[in-house]
Amino acid sequence: MAIGLHNSDFKNPVVRWIDQRMPIFTMMQKEYGTFPTPRNFNYFWNFGALAMVNLMIMIATGIFLAMHYTPHTAYAFDSVERIMRDVNFGWLIRYVHMNGASMFFIVVFIHIWRGMYYGSYKAPRELLWMLGVVIFLLMMATAFMGYVLPWGQMSFWGATVITNLFSAFPVVGDWIVALLWGGFSVDNPTLNRFFSLHYLMPFVIVGVVFLHVVALHITGSNNPLGVEPKGPQDTLPFHPYYTAKDSFGLVIYFIVFASLVFFVPNMLGHPDNYIPADPLVTPAHIVPEWYFLPFYAILRAVPDKLGGVLLMFGSIAVLFVLPWLDSSPVRSMRFRPIARISFLLWTVCFFVLMYCGAMPAEEPYVTVSRIATAYYFAYFLVILPLLGRLERPLPLPESIARAVLGGGPLPAGAAAKPMEKA
Amino acid sequence: MVGMADSGGAAATDGTPRRDFLNLVTASFAAVGVGAVAWPFIASMQPARDVLALASTEVDLAPIAEGQAVTVMWRGKPVFVRHRSAAEVTAAREVPISQLPDPAPDQARVQKDQWLVVLGVCTHLGCVPLGQKPTDARGDYGGWFCPCHGSHYDTAGRIRKGPAPRNLEVPQYAFTSDTKIRIG
Repeated sequence: MAIGLHNSDFKNPVVRWIDQRMPIFTMMQKEYGTFPTPRNFNYFWNFGALAMVNLMIMIATGIFLAMHYTPHTAYAFDSVERIMRDVNFGWLIRYVHMNGASMFFIVVFIHIWRGMYYGSYKAPRELLWMLGVVIFLLMMATAFMGYVLPWGQMSFWGATVITNLFSAFPVVGDWIVALLWGGFSVDNPTLNRFFSLHYLMPFVIVGVVFLHVVALHITGSNNPLGVEPKGPQDTLPFHPYYTAKDSFGLVIYFIVFASLVFFVPNMLGHPDNYIPADPLVTPAHIVPEWYFLPFYAILRAVPDKLGGVLLMFGSIAVLFVLPWLDSSPVRSMRFRPIARISFLLWTVCFFVLMYCGAMPAEEPYVTVSRIATAYYFAYFLVILPLLGRLERPLPLPESIARAVLGGGPLPAGAAAKPMEKA
Repeated sequence: MVGMADSGGAAATDGTPRRDFLNLVTASFAAVGVGAVAWPFIASMQPARDVLALASTEVDLAPIAEGQAVTVMWRGKPVFVRHRSAAEVTAAREVPISQLPDPAPDQARVQKDQWLVVLGVCTHLGCVPLGQKPTDARGDYGGWFCPCHGSHYDTAGRIRKGPAPRNLEVPQYAFTSDTKIRIG
């Protein structure tokens, strides 16, 4: 690599001066301006950008909440109520943060679903996918610890139940639980470390998101057809085509977000969390936040403590090896008739588990949870590996341009030329 | 590609003003939006309502004998309440106004002659001046003396010597009865 000033294409003298010494403008132009992006994205491809915006909103509101929050068992609940009543716009900032967590999981669930339906996890995007699973795990840890901070009844008992999960592990279990608690039960030391880690984790997520995006910009995006772009006729520059499409999606996202914040801010929360934590009284019916319900249902579906914990962690760990479990070379479910139905059924099971997780642990929910859990894992461990061998996929289109523009065979030169202008 | 050709044709005729208008409207909308979002965040850093609710302090003057002074906390800062003797009042009023660095007549700084109420914060760099206790150094003019950088205040709390630019500030206060004041 040549030493010296970068050869900048920018005309503006100030931009050019900076760009020659530190080519961030060239980099942004390359990665977000002219970046060649498949021309056939549908709106499912908005959700990565939405997740990025959501993360920024969570960090911004979180920093301002931390200015008013007191991480001490004696003051935490009251300091949150003070934010709601006395701090200027504190109610707004807290409701945005609270519902922002729900929005984040909605966005990320759809983002993951998109990846699973269109086979975005397959080669060469395995590492991109695995980094995504890491982000998802970090998000879950962050959300859990954040939910403990208001120190209401659900905070306290949620923390008690989740930290006790680790006691299921033989030999090291009790040691890990004591490590999480910093004492003999969930108490002030627990609250303090959860606050510290809740503040740290989002920045770790930012780091992994950066790697996720780096990996994405090496392999390029997948697309609804799952066919790699073969040339300029198959792609569009990211700007203005997808900046505009993402902006439109963002407006819809903000409408949904604002509706939650301003009209039903507590709809997705649990009223018991507005009762201060009491270590002597367990609420009659403990449920985690809605986004943990499917995994909670898997935990409860197993009649064995360690087995339930392992299966619950396994339900996410299995995603790490998904690129190797699904051996079919065809990415998009559009061309996999049997896998498509199997996956849509898996999606139904996910919602069934979510519903069962919110219900009390009694019949018929236990049996239903068991059936749904069995299918959840069967899809990954049995159906996908078998379908890779047995399924006959539909014929794939020759190229993205051919599929999008339709019609008969196009002379290669004629198809490519007008695209280059764009 | 038909759509692209159309917009290209429009650009050739009246596209430029239209594009300028769209850019301007978009940028204005974005600026208003950013401002509207930033405002609650900035406002949240201003004093909260519970802080403002504690913004006044009541002081009972009855137990303060002539020559004595008390210090009370008001909005996190010390307020000096001094029961001045007749001699101190006279000393404060005999000084020609023209000799003062920050000219102000004593009468304008008190509501009742014997009661002087000032913020105990030096107008130089915010230290608390000495002079509330009988054993404190009161400076060359019998009021207060700031040990940080050597500012001397007189018996009306006015700066007389040293680096401080202004007199000790008189907070807003009112007599709620003959022997009670409410500061703030």
